[in-house]
Amino acid sequence: MASPESAVNGPTMTAGAASKSLRNAFGGVIAFIILVLIGVLAFSIRLFSVIKYESVIHEFDPYFNYRVTQFLSKNGIYDFWNWFDDRTWYPLGRVIGGTVYPGLTLTAGTIWKVVNSLNIPLSVETVCVFTAPIFSAFASWAAYLLTKEVKGPGAGLTAAALLAMVPSYISRSVAGSYDNEAVAIFALVFTFYLYIKTLNTGSLFYATLNALAYFYMVCSWGGYTFIINLIPMHVLLCIVTGRYSSRLYIAYAPLVVLGTLLASLVPVVGFNAVLTSEHFASFLVFIIIHVVALAYYIKGILSPKMFKVAVTLVVSVGLAVCCAVIAILIAVVASSPTKGWSGRSLTLLDPTYASKYIPIIASVSEHQPPTWPSYFMDINVLAFLVPAGIIACFMPLTDSSSFVILYIVTSVYFSGVMVRLMLVLAPAACILSGIALSEAFNVLTRSIKFQLPGIAGNPSIASEENGSSTVVAPNDIPKTEEAAKEKPAKKNRKKEKENVEKKPTPSKTEKRLLVLPLEASVIAVLLLVLLGAFYVVHCVWAAAEAYSAPSIVLTSHSNDGGLHVFDDFREAYSWLSHNTDVDDKVASWWDYGYQTTAMANRTVLVDNNTWNNTHIATVGTAMSSPEKQAWEIFHSLDVKYVLVVFGGVVGYPSDDINKFLWMVRIGGGVFPHIKEPDYLRDGQYRIDAQATPTMLNCLMYKLSYFRFVETDGKGFDRVRRTEIGKKHFKLTHFEEVFTTHHWMVRIYKLKPQRNRIRGKTKKSKSSRSVSSKRDVRGKRNPWH
Amino acid sequence: MGRSSTVKETQALFQSLRSAYAATPNNLKIIDVFVGFAVLTAIIQVVYMAVVGSFPFNSFLSGVLSCIGTAVLAVCLRIQVNKDNKEFKDVAPERAFADFILCNLVLHLVIMNFMG
Repeated sequence: MASPESAVNGPTMTAGAASKSLRNAFGGVIAFIILVLIGVLAFSIRLFSVIKYESVIHEFDPYFNYRVTQFLSKNGIYDFWNWFDDRTWYPLGRVIGGTVYPGLTLTAGTIWKVVNSLNIPLSVETVCVFTAPIFSAFASWAAYLLTKEVKGPGAGLTAAALLAMVPSYISRSVAGSYDNEAVAIFALVFTFYLYIKTLNTGSLFYATLNALAYFYMVCSWGGYTFIINLIPMHVLLCIVTGRYSSRLYIAYAPLVVLGTLLASLVPVVGFNAVLTSEHFASFLVFIIIHVVALAYYIKGILSPKMFKVAVTLVVSVGLAVCCAVIAILIAVVASSPTKGWSGRSLTLLDPTYASKYIPIIASVSEHQPPTWPSYFMDINVLAFLVPAGIIACFMPLTDSSSFVILYIVTSVYFSGVMVRLMLVLAPAACILSGIALSEAFNVLTRSIKFQLPGIAGNPSIASEENGSSTVVAPNDIPKTEEAAKEKPAKKNRKKEKENVEKKPTPSKTEKRLLVLPLEASVIAVLLLVLLGAFYVVHCVWAAAEAYSAPSIVLTSHSNDGGLHVFDDFREAYSWLSHNTDVDDKVASWWDYGYQTTAMANRTVLVDNNTWNNTHIATVGTAMSSPEKQAWEIFHSLDVKYVLVVFGGVVGYPSDDINKFLWMVRIGGGVFPHIKEPDYLRDGQYRIDAQATPTMLNCLMYKLSYFRFVETDGKGFDRVRRTEIGKKHFKLTHFEEVFTTHHWMVRIYKLKPQRNRIRGKTKKSKSSRSVSSKRDVRGKRNPWH
Repeated sequence: MGRSSTVKETQALFQSLRSAYAATPNNLKIIDVFVGFAVLTAIIQVVYMAVVGSFPFNSFLSGVLSCIGTAVLAVCLRIQVNKDNKEFKDVAPERAFADFILCNLVLHLVIMNFMG
């Protein structure tokens, strides 16, 4: 447990108690300084975006959180709790108090209030931008505490240093990424730490703290269901492997009761805490642990013969009762079509579910499965240190190390389902890699220490205590192909332990022979340090180049090395906020909803919350329809302006034309007259001269490419790399009011209805006959 | 014949259970009575809900969970105070009781908030 300190301070085997306590104190101070440095490292590595661009909020979701925090800071907590937002999802509105996870906004709001009451004048935006780096420092410290409980302070420090830098976590917590995960990962690791601490000490005080930390996690992120399913799984594992103890009961049972109550307090979760299938595992294991506790208690007070009688009696009666209860439970669960699980959880359990039934969830790029290179990009060196860590956890297998193993296995599965969940894998990978590296350094430095010339020949007391690990570990670190050696290694360990107890003297010489050779150890230490150096270099590169881009501002390098900035989004939003009325409604695809409400302060139809599929499908249908029908849909929703993102002039690939097929699919899912094959030529999506007439006439095409031919004379789209199909056309129902500097955002206004329609009577007769024809055909367009 | 032997066996089982339980110290028996009372109250509440209906659901939930919560916490206290438990021999019973009080405070604070 104290090996890094002892390795640092040199071999003073026969020191007295005073110098040993001095060494411990020195080690403690060094550990504290290292932790402070790790915190500073975690904070500063996330500041690249602030240095390269400016202190601005990134992406889309953080803008919503920022707007909510602004509201909280202006109006106080009661108004925030009861807030009904009428500037989004027009005309439905959104109950913010009941549908948002309040942890992040309350945290940032509290920090802002405390800091301002100390007369440090930080604005809400600054607090929001820097919340994520601060909490990543806290998360590193929580990882230190957790790994210290599992293996010891050396492993803890290594794990904390790894978590401070791991690119997967950096990607969601840079300065400016003001999203739920910034706070939630800290809450996750801290909750796990308190659970392990309760399990190790059996103290009810830590159980209370565990429940409160779980409450904070429920407030912060929808991923709390991971905790409330992982902990019951671990309890079940402990029971099944015969590791039941009363500490397990104290760790689990109060957590379930208090945790369920606290989770129901959060309005987003509410009664889902007791009614949805995500929580049933915890209740089931709650019942199971009570049965097991009762069984152990009775076993303790009865004689063995009587206990056998009791078992036979109980088994026969209990089985009948169990079957009845399970039958009732299955009937209740099977009566709901999704078996009680929410759509997002079903996507995690069955990866093909979303693409079949919920196209909105399938369309988000974060919800796609990751590719193999993304594992190396996001957790780098840790990807192959994790198996070594898993092996190290088996030597010896304690409750806490079995928990960590279960955590890594489940998080690896979930990260394989969705790229976004690599974030949950990151802390587990760091913990296990910290354990692996720490054990490796243990063995190697001990090998060096015992073979340095001039050191006395008797093995230290420390080596006798961890005799098992020195005996076994040199056999299977660092050449890690010997994963299969785990079982014979365990047998070896048992044999050696007996040998140690019976005959100490011959085993001492045996142990010395099993230490690695001196030169190999030195080289291995140097190689491990080099490995760490590669990891650090990669992490800093990833933080600086890959993950620091605020997608609201884009840059590119011109040929002479100059930096060209594309600030089109903010240009468009500020045009909207200065040139339109406060009550004007803006229609766009749901990606830009949060940014429009936060920066332009205008009412939108749909935003990133995507809670109403039909409303989004309405907007999608409008974008896919010809001009007249689109105008009618938008006019019925009181829309005044339509916003379209177009990347053809500068080569920005995430524009609306590239997302258009998703609009068609989602719209077609609700309104059957929109059919995806109408927009594809031979199964291919094209916008050039070979495109289908439906595609060339739809609103999205027209609004994106209106007057596009004036830019270069030929209408060459840089993203699709072709010339467009229809080049010269006029808009009949919309007029262009603003296009940004690089043509990236284009804003159109709905033309008002004409006062007089010429030839009205003739038109009404023909429209009647046309509509009756349409009825006969059966494909009714609901907008006519 | 088989049935009477099983009946005799069950009678012997209950006898030994009763005699073994009578040997537990008095303070643990008091805690057991408290646990039994809490569970009984929870059952009464569930029966009442079955008769009357579950509106308002949050009050029902907070009532039942408060009974179950106090039962669970009392069981934890019993575990920690029991002198036969070797894992907890260096935890003073006063410390265990203080933890029990703290946990109950948090539990009832949440109950008060949730009951509505």
